[in-house]
Amino acid sequence: MTASFRFDPIALPPDCERLRGEVRAFLEAEASAGGWRPHGGDFGSRHSPEFSRRLGARGWIGMTWPRRYGGGERSFLERYVVTEELLVAGAPVAAHWIADRQSGPLLLRFGSEEQRQRLLPGICRGEIFFCIGMSEPDSGSDLASIRTRAVPVAGGWEVTGAKLWTSHAKRAHYMIALVRTAPAGEDRHAGLSQLVIDLSAPGLSIRPIRNLAGDTDFNEVVFDKVFVPSAMLVGEAGEGWRQVTSELAFERSGPERFLSTIRLLIELVRRLGADPEPRAAAALGRLAAHLWTLRRMSLSVAGMLQAGATPNLEAALVKDLGNAFEREIPEVVRLVAPGRRRAGANDALEELLAEAVLNAPSFTLRGGTREILRGIIARGLGLR
Amino acid sequence: MTDRLVDAAADRLFAGQVTPPLHAAAEAGTFPEALWRAVAEAGFAEALAAGAGLAGLPEAVAILRAAGRRAAPLPLAEAMLARWSLGAAGTDLPPQAVLTLAPVEIDERVAAERLANGWRLRGALSFVPWARAATHLVLVAAGGLFLLPAAGLAPRHDRNLAGEPRDHLALDAVAERLSLAAGRDPALLYPLGALCRAAQMAGALEGALALATQYANDRVQFGRPIGKLQAIQQQLAQMAEAAAAAGVAVDAAAAHIAAGGDAAFAAAIAKIRAGEAAGKAAEIAHQVHGAIGFTHEHPLHRLTRRLWSWRDEFGNEGFWALALGRRMAAQGAEAFWPAMTA
Ligand SMILES: Cc1cc2nc3c(=O)[nH]c(=O)nc-3n(C[C@H](O)[C@H](O)[C@H](O)COP(=O)(O)OP(=O)(O)OC[C@H]3O[C@@H](n4cnc5c(N)ncnc54)[C@H](O)[C@@H]3O)c2cc1C
Repeated sequence: MTASFRFDPIALPPDCERLRGEVRAFLEAEASAGGWRPHGGDFGSRHSPEFSRRLGARGWIGMTWPRRYGGGERSFLERYVVTEELLVAGAPVAAHWIADRQSGPLLLRFGSEEQRQRLLPGICRGEIFFCIGMSEPDSGSDLASIRTRAVPVAGGWEVTGAKLWTSHAKRAHYMIALVRTAPAGEDRHAGLSQLVIDLSAPGLSIRPIRNLAGDTDFNEVVFDKVFVPSAMLVGEAGEGWRQVTSELAFERSGPERFLSTIRLLIELVRRLGADPEPRAAAALGRLAAHLWTLRRMSLSVAGMLQAGATPNLEAALVKDLGNAFEREIPEVVRLVAPGRRRAGANDALEELLAEAVLNAPSFTLRGGTREILRGIIARGLGLR
Repeated sequence: MTDRLVDAAADRLFAGQVTPPLHAAAEAGTFPEALWRAVAEAGFAEALAAGAGLAGLPEAVAILRAAGRRAAPLPLAEAMLARWSLGAAGTDLPPQAVLTLAPVEIDERVAAERLANGWRLRGALSFVPWARAATHLVLVAAGGLFLLPAAGLAPRHDRNLAGEPRDHLALDAVAERLSLAAGRDPALLYPLGALCRAAQMAGALEGALALATQYANDRVQFGRPIGKLQAIQQQLAQMAEAAAAAGVAVDAAAAHIAAGGDAAFAAAIAKIRAGEAAGKAAEIAHQVHGAIGFTHEHPLHRLTRRLWSWRDEFGNEGFWALALGRRMAAQGAEAFWPAMTA
């Protein structure tokens, strides 16, 4: 009776705690210098190229990458510590987040030497930002059904189609797009490829889309015969599906999958005071137990990634549980926070709560919906 | 041995020996002597007592998880805790001695009165695990520790939802007060008991998940295995999440405490998480199994009735959530995140 999933225990080495101290000191100095205001709701919805550059100067972007590409050759666990501290501080990490988490590692794994030399050092300096072009108007969960296509032309590819819900496309420099380069045959996962697309290329237009919380973080990106040089093909043509699925454990298991509303929870602790009524205290204790556990699960996945494994099943487990947790926080706060709904109570708790309630629906959609994650877990259990 | 090897060894032992007839006999009131001897010979009851302080906790937790997976009907957690609390004073006891401990209810106290020849101990003790099968009882009273032979205690038989002995004692006995072993504060027995029950639950959750996935692949309705139905898949995925979270909470709590972290803090987390997982997972397991899972014949209830019992013993998730929440609130907002990463 062996479980199909496995979470190896992990202990952070002492140098991680030293690093944590450095990050906390940096963030305190940043916050008191007033460069940005901490926020809660939706991780990464605050975008600050200046902040990203200062972070890059500290060596905290591309931390795990080889030095020859500007990286720091540090461990995944050290990177983990930095990212969790940034999120809990509500730092404006959106600009570099995707390049650091996903695009850079993808290029390290599958990209050409030329692509790495050209793009990775700028990512590490906090100067080059990426977005992810997977979803389309008719393709969300069913990613393999995408229609944006790239046809071979002299010296490269010509891309036509549209990507939708592309976070931060308006302020990014490049997109890694999943496109169809050959018709789907028997195997619908065949014929897909990944391209690095320069967002300033002619024929490419970006339209911001306002979300229900009033922000315009995501966009529609339309390609009208956009030329992409052949040097910008990532990995092999036709290998896009395999490459894209190898990103998923990175995309799904990080602390951003359960910390989206952590600042609201901390604000609740402040509001409750030292001696809360029992119902509120018990609700807080329960959430603390969940958070402590989720963090250990997520750290365990980071440890497995460090060891070179591809823990997609474990990442799906962490993300689904983590999203449920971050969605639950506002629901708990509504019911147990004392002193709510006073006229003019335009305070931190109310602000964070409003942001959390409005952004909550996106938590269980972005990066793979709840239902899709549970399907992956079921398959991992040996069902279907 | 690494905890993984310990788990594998324990899993082999329990898988081989915890059979349906053994369960039937245990529920009918027969203590599984042969199984207990095998467990004693493997040194499992001494896993927690071995080593300094609580260094043995990760290994103990791995063994309890394996025992929970097979619903082993034994006072193994109790014996581990009792032997740990005794320290060197327990090393004279034969390996196959059956130890239990009391009180296990948070609000029960034993009155201890000093006499010329020792201490007179009096009190009503409820739900003492396996008192009827025990050879020795470790008693916590007046902040001290006492070791009593269990013969003559005349327990009133009772049981938990799983049919495990939980007996009541009207205690009036005289015993020597033991000197406390360094780092083995009897006040830790309650949170450690909670962690042990959480470990047993983590195991039972794995066992129940394995049964439910197997059943979903085997049971055919509408011409195909029910495991192909998305409604069933989504349920089992949530059950897997519950089992995974309980397992991680237990392992991480044990590692935290073994490394010198606060036992009440980490044990609270493990008991809250495993307790919540137990209710959810048991519900899903039964739903997936249909009527066959509601029969005495089917093995599922050996695990689920234990989950329902264990989640309430040594403090349920409500009790620990209140304790943990009060603690977090008292420490204040700025200390909240540092406590999560410590
Ligand atoms: C805030 C936000 C940011 C995003 N950023 C990006 C980005 O930067 N780049 C990018 O490419 N995409 C991005 N997305 C898109 C995201 O990946 C998709 O929303 C997601 O994959 C789901 O696709 P969909 O919205 O088309 O929903 P659909 O796939 O149409 O799903 C609708 C509903 O049907 C369910 N469903 C679908 N298929 C199944 C199935 N097989 N079984 C059971 N249920 C099913 C879904 O779970 C969901 O509940 C973002 C989304 C959000 C909300």
